[in-house]
Amino acid sequence: MKTLSNLHEKLTKGEFVVTGECGPPRGANKKVIDRKISLLKRFVDAINVTDNQTAIVRMSSIAASAHLVAAGLEPVMQMVVRDRNRIAIQSDIMGAYSLGIKNILCLSGDHQKFGSQPDAMNVFDIDSVNLIRTVKDMRDKGKDMSGFDLDVAPQMFIGAAANPFADPFEYRVIRLAKKIDAGADFIQTQCIYNMDRFKEWIRRANNENLTDKVYILGGVTPLRSAGMARYMNNKVAGMDIPETIIKRMDGVDKKNQADEGIKICLETIEELKGLKGVHGVHIMAIEWEEAVGTIVKQAGLK
Amino acid sequence: MITASQKPINEIIELVEPYKKLLILGCGTCVKTCFAGGEDEVAVLASALRLSFKKMARSIEIEELTIERQCENEFIQEASPGIARNDAVLSLACGAGVQAMAKRFAKEVVLPGLNTTFIGIQESPGIFTEECSGCGDCSLATFGGVCPVTRCAKKLLNGPCGGSQNGFCEIDPNTQCAWHLIIERLTTLGQLDNLKTYIPPKNWNTSLSGGPRKLIREDHII
Repeated sequence: MKTLSNLHEKLTKGEFVVTGECGPPRGANKKVIDRKISLLKRFVDAINVTDNQTAIVRMSSIAASAHLVAAGLEPVMQMVVRDRNRIAIQSDIMGAYSLGIKNILCLSGDHQKFGSQPDAMNVFDIDSVNLIRTVKDMRDKGKDMSGFDLDVAPQMFIGAAANPFADPFEYRVIRLAKKIDAGADFIQTQCIYNMDRFKEWIRRANNENLTDKVYILGGVTPLRSAGMARYMNNKVAGMDIPETIIKRMDGVDKKNQADEGIKICLETIEELKGLKGVHGVHIMAIEWEEAVGTIVKQAGLK
Repeated sequence: MITASQKPINEIIELVEPYKKLLILGCGTCVKTCFAGGEDEVAVLASALRLSFKKMARSIEIEELTIERQCENEFIQEASPGIARNDAVLSLACGAGVQAMAKRFAKEVVLPGLNTTFIGIQESPGIFTEECSGCGDCSLATFGGVCPVTRCAKKLLNGPCGGSQNGFCEIDPNTQCAWHLIIERLTTLGQLDNLKTYIPPKNWNTSLSGGPRKLIREDHII
């Protein structure tokens, strides 16, 4: 079987993969990307490049992804449907592929209400599931959404997100199935802190044989402080940090909280490694890329 | 109904300031129901404006009138004498009413006194909620009678997104997640399987994306 990207190839071989995350800068400074690349490159198989995350305007995900390609790394270009209609989406996918970008993560996108420019009009012409199908049809049928035969069709390895912690819980597995049917090849999950709930979700996914059809990478974010834990739990949409974790962070000295956060993260990864249906880990060290090397080494992943 | 709310009084004062004789024209259907433009609101606004102008030591003559509907020619006619007597009309109708007035009285100044908000219902006394965006292609049958195009902040047709928690939308803890409601309704109706079906991209051509819309009823054209 022909693989679509290095990430795809490693997953096909059954390797437990590691993906990282690079948030582009709020400006045109390529050096920020270079710095993040140097912190991540020896430790991860691919790097997600976020697309104006939390609806704050940043360097475009395509441009930042292209910088990664030029540096010899493999990006997972994130694309949200919040800011582009279907015309721009298809055009950007073609452009991205022509720049050597081979992985895409299809997302709805955080609502602009959370961002720096809440006055903006959103688009949401199609939804994230439609986006998955669009990329798949371009790849497998060689057609755009109008049915037009593409000269060179983008051959992307297609990712989608899943949030096992959002409600209604019963529906979360149905939605996962829907994304797989639409064409998702891999899934990256929301940050896992509530391991019981994650285990229940993956158990249900296993029961429905969904984990045979898709590679699932468990999302982790090391907590830097107890304050960050509380902030994320209260302010970040769809985040579930159990009180026990917050208390544990609170229980250690401020100067040792970052170490404790990494310890929690390592314990989570250890559990994920043993779970049937989990094929890797997605480390989102938000503006703390320095932590990724430590985590990967201590977790014995590289 | 079409819902609306009155513009801030300072904005209204700025709008009417250049005129000496003003007709405040209420609309007795939708905007009356949502307490924005019926005869009661006309009377209250007229008093507030008289008082404000008095405080500014300025004179203004204000006439009050409320007609059944400003969006229909047959009712608009009733306002004709009042409009002739005044320099300007402050219309407390929705945007359709204001424009219908402006079309009918092409040489008169017609000013909007309301901000038109949405097509909705009064969910509980004093609480109005948006229910329909008039997209021109109703899919309520699929979604158990809850419209995701209007009521999901991301217009998701294959929702919900990852931000739904405890039945509420991530953008506002007081707004119910439309997808939560859809799932609840379909569970009750035993139709949850509806949601396993992939919903293709919506054709927005029937919505405002296709340009201003026109409804033609050949059988009623004279």
